[in-house]
Amino acid sequence: MSGALLEVAEVQAGYGEALVLRGVSLSASAGELVAIIGPNGAGKSTLLKVIYGLLHPEAGVIRYADEDVTRVRPERLTRLGLNYVPQLANVFPSLSIAENLLVGTVSLPRAERRPAVNDMYGQFPPLAERRRQRAGTLSGGQRKLLAIARALVTRPKVLLLDEPSAGLSPQAVELVFEQLAAVKHRGIAIVMVEQNAHRALTLADRGYVLDMGRNAYEGTGQMLLRNPKVAELYLGRSTAASSSTSTSAPSGMSAPT
Amino acid sequence: MTVPILAVREVVRTFGGLRAVDGASLDVERGSITALIGPNGAGKSTLFNVVSGFLPAERGSVQFEERRIDRAASYRIAQRGLVRTFQVPRALTRLSVLDNVLLAAPNHSGERLRGLLLRPARARARERSARERAEELLALVRLEEHTHDYAGVLSGGQRKLLDFARVLMAEPRLVLLDEPMAGVNPALGRQLLEHVLQLRAAEGMTFLFVEHDLDVVMEASDRVIVMNEGRVIASGTPAEVRTDSRVVDAYLGAAWST
Repeated sequence: MSGALLEVAEVQAGYGEALVLRGVSLSASAGELVAIIGPNGAGKSTLLKVIYGLLHPEAGVIRYADEDVTRVRPERLTRLGLNYVPQLANVFPSLSIAENLLVGTVSLPRAERRPAVNDMYGQFPPLAERRRQRAGTLSGGQRKLLAIARALVTRPKVLLLDEPSAGLSPQAVELVFEQLAAVKHRGIAIVMVEQNAHRALTLADRGYVLDMGRNAYEGTGQMLLRNPKVAELYLGRSTAASSSTSTSAPSGMSAPT
Repeated sequence: MTVPILAVREVVRTFGGLRAVDGASLDVERGSITALIGPNGAGKSTLFNVVSGFLPAERGSVQFEERRIDRAASYRIAQRGLVRTFQVPRALTRLSVLDNVLLAAPNHSGERLRGLLLRPARARARERSARERAEELLALVRLEEHTHDYAGVLSGGQRKLLDFARVLMAEPRLVLLDEPMAGVNPALGRQLLEHVLQLRAAEGMTFLFVEHDLDVVMEASDRVIVMNEGRVIASGTPAEVRTDSRVVDAYLGAAWST
């Protein structure tokens, strides 16, 4: 994988005595959407934190744009073009939408800041409508949009997303995933942790299944969706049902008993 | 129609100029699994906060088992048998995972000095059975390996599962689940759903849940209540709701109206 923008090799990391990652590797190239799925506690969020320098690994190497960035600090990674949207606490509640976005632009040259914010309004109409509203008064879904927009405003080359669809209404999920497809087409590499595994793998170019802090499966999104073991253990549907789940129709509606 | 276990009438709750809940009324039937759906910002979580006593209502009433609870404190409401989970649960991070669950057990007879002195055997037996129940619940949510770890080591999704175990430990009659599937691995989510269906069948437990995963909503619920802009705009069986044009417009989008 010589063309990879981001390469993670054999990373081990944890909190205190508890080792969460026991040797995880992955890569992501420009314009590629990579999904990370797996059971709760598999180490998915921890992996993103390690890549973004929030947690130092005990072993392993992280390379970004052909440089070793293993112990580089988060703010420096943002300037280098690698940005991260945490699952929670990803906006400033007492600031307005406009202010939140502007805060995100500090790493850009002064003249580019306003245009970058306006660019986000174009991409996220619900944010444009409420630009003066305080982020703390937004609903969960609107907040998520703002958090993603705030990370995109720095014009990153790699975007790390922790569960972008959690807590979103179906329409908001569509909006977010449509946005991510557009982001990807602009050549940005997206590494996304998702529990909405079906939707994520459908959209992703490649996916990784983590389990117990290790790589369990990897492949194209379609390969993983068709893998009966993956379906049974991680996707939560029977293999019989999973053959027809690429459509958004409900898998079945049992009559009330 | 029987008396509903929960009756919400014309509840209003504002934040500054924002009318988060704007005259919402709904009934939840005893023994039902009722889904509450609606777009982000519709007021679902605020309504949950009002019903569970975490936020006072400005107007309107909430009755649980025919008693007003809209002036009651959240812990009183929980003691009466209405317990909720949180979208983002707060675990007691410096206690063990097991203790987090044990704290939710009803009737800690060993905590009252009189019970402990006069009936030590009974207090011990109760503690033992509570412990067994807690361990069962932790196995159910696949946290058994973390039984003696600090809750602080759990991931976001695992804290959600701990919250689920905590709520069931309280042996409630009405459970409010705030987005139980969000952040939970779908394979495990399916199993939890099965368990909810079993609890309803075996113990007549009633569930009201907010959820965006429409597969789950359509499959698990008997009734669906739809909120938009602080009000209830529709309710009915899953089949009725998904063909209701107001619901399609406000929430589901065209893909679900087939």
